[in-house]
Amino acid sequence: MRKKRLGLTIAHRLAILAYIVVALFPLFWLLKVSVTPNELLYSEGVRLWPSSTTFQHFSFVLVHSDFPRFFKNSVIVSGGTAIIVTILASLAGYALSRFTFRAKYWIVALMLLTQMFPLVMLVAPIFKMLSPLGLTNSLTGLIIVYVAFNVPFATFLMQSFFDGIPKDLEEAAMIDGATRFMAFRQIILPLTLPGIAATLGFVFTAAWSELLFALMLISGNQAATFPVGLLSFVSKFSVDFGQMMAAGVLALIPACLFFLLIQRYLVQGLTAGAVKG
Amino acid sequence: MSVTVAHAHPEHRPVLDRLGRVLEPYLYTAPAVILIVAVMLVPLVLGISYAFRDIRLLNPFSGGFVGLEHFQALAKDRAFLGALKNTLWWTGASVFLQFVLGLILALLLDKPFRGRGLAQALVFLPWAVPSFLSGLNWAWLFNPVVGPIPHWLTALGLMGEPSNILSDPNLAMWGPIIANVWWGIPFFAITMLAALQAIPRDLYEAAAIDGANGFQRFLSITLPFLAPTMAITILLRTVWISNFADLIIVMTNGGPADRTQIVASYIFTQAFRRLDFGYASAIALVLLILLLVYSMLIVLLRQAMLRRG
Repeated sequence: MRKKRLGLTIAHRLAILAYIVVALFPLFWLLKVSVTPNELLYSEGVRLWPSSTTFQHFSFVLVHSDFPRFFKNSVIVSGGTAIIVTILASLAGYALSRFTFRAKYWIVALMLLTQMFPLVMLVAPIFKMLSPLGLTNSLTGLIIVYVAFNVPFATFLMQSFFDGIPKDLEEAAMIDGATRFMAFRQIILPLTLPGIAATLGFVFTAAWSELLFALMLISGNQAATFPVGLLSFVSKFSVDFGQMMAAGVLALIPACLFFLLIQRYLVQGLTAGAVKG
Repeated sequence: MSVTVAHAHPEHRPVLDRLGRVLEPYLYTAPAVILIVAVMLVPLVLGISYAFRDIRLLNPFSGGFVGLEHFQALAKDRAFLGALKNTLWWTGASVFLQFVLGLILALLLDKPFRGRGLAQALVFLPWAVPSFLSGLNWAWLFNPVVGPIPHWLTALGLMGEPSNILSDPNLAMWGPIIANVWWGIPFFAITMLAALQAIPRDLYEAAAIDGANGFQRFLSITLPFLAPTMAITILLRTVWISNFADLIIVMTNGGPADRTQIVASYIFTQAFRRLDFGYASAIALVLLILLLVYSMLIVLLRQAMLRRG
């Protein structure tokens, strides 16, 4: 019996290890090629680690390419989107959690509808709408689009966090003379800080990864976000693998940082989203 | 203008105050709703109207109403018919593999063990990788110049000489599918894990006392508890993945010879490369109708099952 249990434990750990290896291997390879000197890249082939390493690809990408600008653009777009979405979603999520009102059913239906249809449908009409307003090729235009795309899911997420906070708290404050908005801002919001952090993280990563609308709405390097810049770099210099992968490692950094911050809330947050959205 | 009308309401609230209370929820929701309507609902309706018009960005004289012309062209478009088939293959294989591997991972992570927190963070990491980057990353792994996979396959005797499966018309679809599975396992695992942890632990203890072995406990406790989450996650994910074109756009752009083109990537190619917004919108409308039919079938199926059960 004990032997069987030991065997099961070993099998369990080996299976976990296999998952970890598969999950990390592509990222490891990205890192490996990004520090491999060009002259070793072809001669050493599939060696797991090069015999000497270099940061020349990183310094090239950081100094002689447009990637710092792409990075800055992406930080502005993703950060702006995350902050605006979180504000709008907190307000809307609070209303859905606390009020019963006539249009509530329709608002929920509208938000669910936006989760159902293929967003790629909107590529052409949004381009046609934004172009006369001067919002194509602009970070503002991209932020507006991303905010709208992310608000519904974020609203459901925030609603689930507000649902977890007892109503008595703000009712007590309102009896003491506070308006509802004051109670919301000063009592409820501080209690949902973990939820707000999770929402910020989800939206930031979603905006950071968005590709199709950025490709369609942005042309040229000036307003390119990281994915657009990286793809145009790949199609232009498709032999500089070291530089491409160094840029890839850079694109990975903010997403991984946010992931580490929010991964504690993942199981909690995604269940809320999966059940409702 | 002063509004201090006393009211016959039992609470004696002024009218303005009452109006404020009625309007309050709308003030909270208005910014989100206005934005969604302007940036999603209006373009959706516009896009549907484009499907019946000739809208090409490079042709200033286009814009006229063409009726069903786009749809007649679609019926004869071999690339589109191929894309329909590819969408089924892409969605089916991706969802199936993500679900099975995700469920196994969730079961492995369900019981506490030393280092679980770290293991969980590491195996969920692919989920944080931006989709364009996971596409590029896998495209590089499949590339015989810098990637190890073709060399491994050759060493195993599965491949004659190291070559890129992404340029082989018969194998190319496996590239985006593998990237998608790698990227999507954590989503299923996280969702299943959350559902697993909601199962009351004493159920397992009671079953163990009654002499049920591990497999029996899985069949009669775990599965029934997980079933609703599984069903809803698979259904939502099926719709989502069938619309998910990023990996294909990044890895193969639909090629070689349209063998990896799915409907969503075909829409994007028509709009982005050919700038033919009318035709792109017509394809999009067909996709929307297919998804609606799928959802209706699911609803009907569910009702039939409820009636039987």
